[in-house]
Formats: sequence, C-alpha cells, structure tokens
Amino acid sequence: MTHDPVLSSEIIGLTPPDQPDPRWQVRVRGLTKSFGGNLVLDKLDLDIERGKVNVILGASGAGKSVLIKHFMCLLRPDSGHIWVDGTDVMALGTQELSKFRRKFGLVFQFSALFDALTVEENCAFPLKEHTKKSASEIRDIVADKLGALGLQGTQKKYPGELSGGMRKRVGLARALVLEPEILMYDEPTTGLDPLATRNVDEMILDACQRYKVTSVVISHDMASVFRIADRIAMLHNKKILAAGPAEMIAQSTDPFIYEFLHASGVAAIAKLGGAPA
Amino acid sequence: MSGPPGDDEPTAERAPLVTPAATPAPPKPPPAPPLPEEPGDPKRKTVGGAVLGGFKDAGAPIVRFLDLVGGHLILMGRAMSWLPRRPYRLRNYLEAAEYIGFHSLPIVLLVGAFTGMVLSLQSVAAFRQLGFESFSGAATGKALSIELAPVLTALMLAGRAGAGIATELGTMRISEQIDALESMAVNPVQYLVLPRLVAAMIVTPILTLLFFVIGMGGAYFVAVIVEGVHQGQWIAKLQDLVSPTDVVQGLIKSVVFGFLVALIGCYQGYNAAGGGRGVGIGTTRAVVLGSVTTLVLDYFLTDILLSVFGSGKA
Repeated sequence: MTHDPVLSSEIIGLTPPDQPDPRWQVRVRGLTKSFGGNLVLDKLDLDIERGKVNVILGASGAGKSVLIKHFMCLLRPDSGHIWVDGTDVMALGTQELSKFRRKFGLVFQFSALFDALTVEENCAFPLKEHTKKSASEIRDIVADKLGALGLQGTQKKYPGELSGGMRKRVGLARALVLEPEILMYDEPTTGLDPLATRNVDEMILDACQRYKVTSVVISHDMASVFRIADRIAMLHNKKILAAGPAEMIAQSTDPFIYEFLHASGVAAIAKLGGAPA
Repeated sequence: MSGPPGDDEPTAERAPLVTPAATPAPPKPPPAPPLPEEPGDPKRKTVGGAVLGGFKDAGAPIVRFLDLVGGHLILMGRAMSWLPRRPYRLRNYLEAAEYIGFHSLPIVLLVGAFTGMVLSLQSVAAFRQLGFESFSGAATGKALSIELAPVLTALMLAGRAGAGIATELGTMRISEQIDALESMAVNPVQYLVLPRLVAAMIVTPILTLLFFVIGMGGAYFVAVIVEGVHQGQWIAKLQDLVSPTDVVQGLIKSVVFGFLVALIGCYQGYNAAGGGRGVGIGTTRAVVLGSVTTLVLDYFLTDILLSVFGSGKA
C-alpha cells in the first residue's frame, strides 16, 4: 500500500502514548481485533485530538464502529493498547471501568433509545444510575439539555413518536447529561434527509463548542464530514491509511482517499482545495 | 433450467454418427480440468484424516449442545455474581415479577380450571366402572399437585413469558439498547437478566399453587356438583391420599422450571443476532427449548424428589 508521506507523519502524535498529553486525548497503538478468524483491525495506530471534531472515515464494514467501541472498552482487543488521558484502558478493573466509561458519551446510529421509557426518562437514566441528585434536579438538568437541543415539550413523548432527527438529538441529550469529556457519534447522519443532516451537523459542532468535549464521529457522508471535521482519519484495509487536518486529507493524492472523497462529488471538497479530477 | 435430455452430453460420444471421411478429424478435446479440491480440511485426504473428520462431523451436534449448555451456565453465573452487588434496583425485580407472574395469571387460572375439570371428568368415568368414583378427587389431586400444576404452568410460562423475554431482550440487542446500557456504565446482565431470573423463581411457585387450587376447585365442581359424587367421600379420599409433601414437591419443581424458562428466554434474547429474523429465531427457540427442557427435566426431578420424599401417603 502506498502511504502519502506527509499524511503518514500525521497519523500519530510523537509523545509517549502512556503519558497524558495536552493535545492527544485518546491514543491507540497496535490495535488488532478479529471476530471468529476474520481480522477486522490489524496493528492499528491512531490519536484523537482533544477538544476537536475527529472524524473516522471508511467504507461500510471497514471496522469503524468496532474501533470506537474499543475506546470505552465495550470490546477488548486481541492485542494492542488504548490510552485515554494516559490511562491504559485494558488495565482497568470492573469498578474502575464503570467509572471510566462515564468519561464517554456514545450516540448510536439509530439512537438506541429505550422504547419503554419516555424522552425524559431516557435522558434521566444515566443521572439516576450514577448520581444521587433529587428528582427535581434531574428534571431540571434534562429540561436544560433538551431545551438546548430544541426539544422542549417532548419530555412525555415516547421514542416511537419522534422523527429520526429528533431521536438523534434525544440520543445526544442522553449522552450529554453526565457531561462527558469525549462524545462519540456512530454514523449520526445515516438515513436522514439533507436538512436533518445539516441540523445534526450543527448539533455536533454546537455540542463540541458549548460543552468543550472531544468529538469522535464515524461517517461516510462526505458533505457532513467536511462541514464538521477538524481532523479526519481514513480507515482502510484494517489500518489507518492517513490521518490529519481535514484540509490536508482533502488534498491527498493517495488514489484510494482521492476516489473515496470524490465518489460522492461533493462540492465542499473542492472548496477545501481537493485535488482536481 | 436444464435443457432437453442429452443436450449436455459430451460431443465425443456422438462422433460415430458422422462419416470420418466427410469431416476433418475432430479437434482434441481440451484436457479435463483438474478435479476440484475437496472442501474443508486437507488432512481428510488421508485415511486417518478422513476418520478423524468423520468423528468431528458426528460429534458436531454434541459440541453444539455442550456449547448451548455452557452458554446458559455462563449467563447464569454472570447474573448470579451480580446478585449481592449494588445497585439493587428493586423496581426492575417488581416489573419482572409483574410481567412474568401477574400478566400470566389469567391464562394460568383458565388452564388450571379446565385441566382440573377434565381430569375429574375422566377419573370419575374411569373409577365409576369399578364403583370407586369417590377416588377421583384423590387421583386428580395427586396428578395436579406433583405433575400437572408445575409442568403445565411452566409450559404456559415458556409460551408467554419465555417468548416475551426473548423478544424483548432480542429487540434490545439488535437495536443496540443493550450496547447503550453498557456505554452508560450499566451492566446489562445485572440490569436485564438477573431481575427476570429471580422474579421467575419467586412467581412460578405462586402461579403453580394457584393452578393447583383452581384446578381442584374445577375438579370438585365436576365430580361433586355435575357428576354427583358423594362430597364427604370425595374430600376424605383426597385427604387420605394427597399429602402436603406432594404439593411441596410440585412447588420445588416449579422453582426449577420457572428459573430455566426465564434463563432460556434471557439467553436467546441476549444473544440474538441477525435483525428481526434473529429475534424470531431466538423467540421460537426460547419456547421450544423451554418446553422441552421442562418435560425432560421433570422426569429426572421426579426421580430425585421421590427418593427424597418417598411416594407420599399410600
């Protein structure tokens, strides 16, 4: 495989990964994962930049969701290490892991809201589980988060009564109530129309700026990616093919990246100075 | 679509029908392609490998069975390891008890009443030939308390609660709600599986006892009121031949059956994969496995309980 030398140098930070770093919050080294003999990730290295929107790009089935599930130890690797703020995730015990996972908020592709609970109960769920706040405090926090995402008045509705875009926002509100440091979005715009997609993009940017969280977004929606991404990592052939600032990836001459970015013909890429066809 | 018969026969076999002088020598048929390699383990090409492969194939169902049993045991162990650990979430236990127990009450009572009635009807008819129809109450009571109440209650639960648990957990699995629980630092086994197992162990004996009581009520109605069996004799024979230990044996069985039906439902739902079809398969398996396990285990449990309690009053 041909690596763009400039982009390859950007794949990983240069400081030791097991030390807390002011720039890199999540650091992955040599991550290998297979399912029943099917190798999905192979000695993968990646760094996630603090306080930025980090997008992980890749074809369907490339292993993007598998990769981010390792960050919060929802999956354990066959080999390799993940450090979050210098903490080796693999070394955590059950109790420590439970506490550690509260650093993260995960917004699922199809929201994964609990059908049997109302919007308010869904959003209150992490607070009831992990804090000793009173019912009225919880109600206020939930109302605040829902209000910030334009979901006032939906508290008593059930997920089935909401549109896809609204469900995504409720999923984000639920992820935000414990004020996580890292917010991860698993294909947040899949299945949404362009206007709803734009709303979700704005929601991601707003959450990143308002709550100062590190965002990790999995996507292959090019229009959305170039609206929100500060950094892009391209997952291909079980490894990170290239990672760097969005502008840099847009200008890549790597044949695979070039084809991947331009297959959708999104004009936004050209605005960022993408290579001519 | 296959062509007409003989269409795909090799050309070389038709050659004698053509005069050799009139046509040039037929071109040499292309060399036969090498036989495709046997799929699977290349070691099977040897005799020893083939024998070993045969054993492997023959043993596959056993391996699958052990895998299934092991999977259930692991899930049970994981759930039980959470029992003494906080948070206890009493509400989840009550909701599970309501779903498995209270919501199953109408069907259990209905089946219980009619089972008692039909047993009574049959036993009165049978004993009447010998002039012993007053024994019908004892026969019905014995059958209901030791066997029919726990087994039929478990079968009802496998069809209703076991299937419901498998569907609910399976839907949660494929819609990533179980992953969402884990991402919010909530252990899904503690949150979803454990309350259902504990609730099933508690409510199944209660349902079984109610099945027995309503069944005996139905039996009394048919024998004494409809068939005119002497009330005093019917009750006296019942008291003579059916002891409280018979009911206790039935209740012990029901604890085991209820636990297993819930465990199988949880396992099938928790490990569902492959979208809606996967949930459907899990639900079907929950009902079939729950029912079959109940019936098979009933024999062995009866054997154990008989050796512990004896055969009761004779």
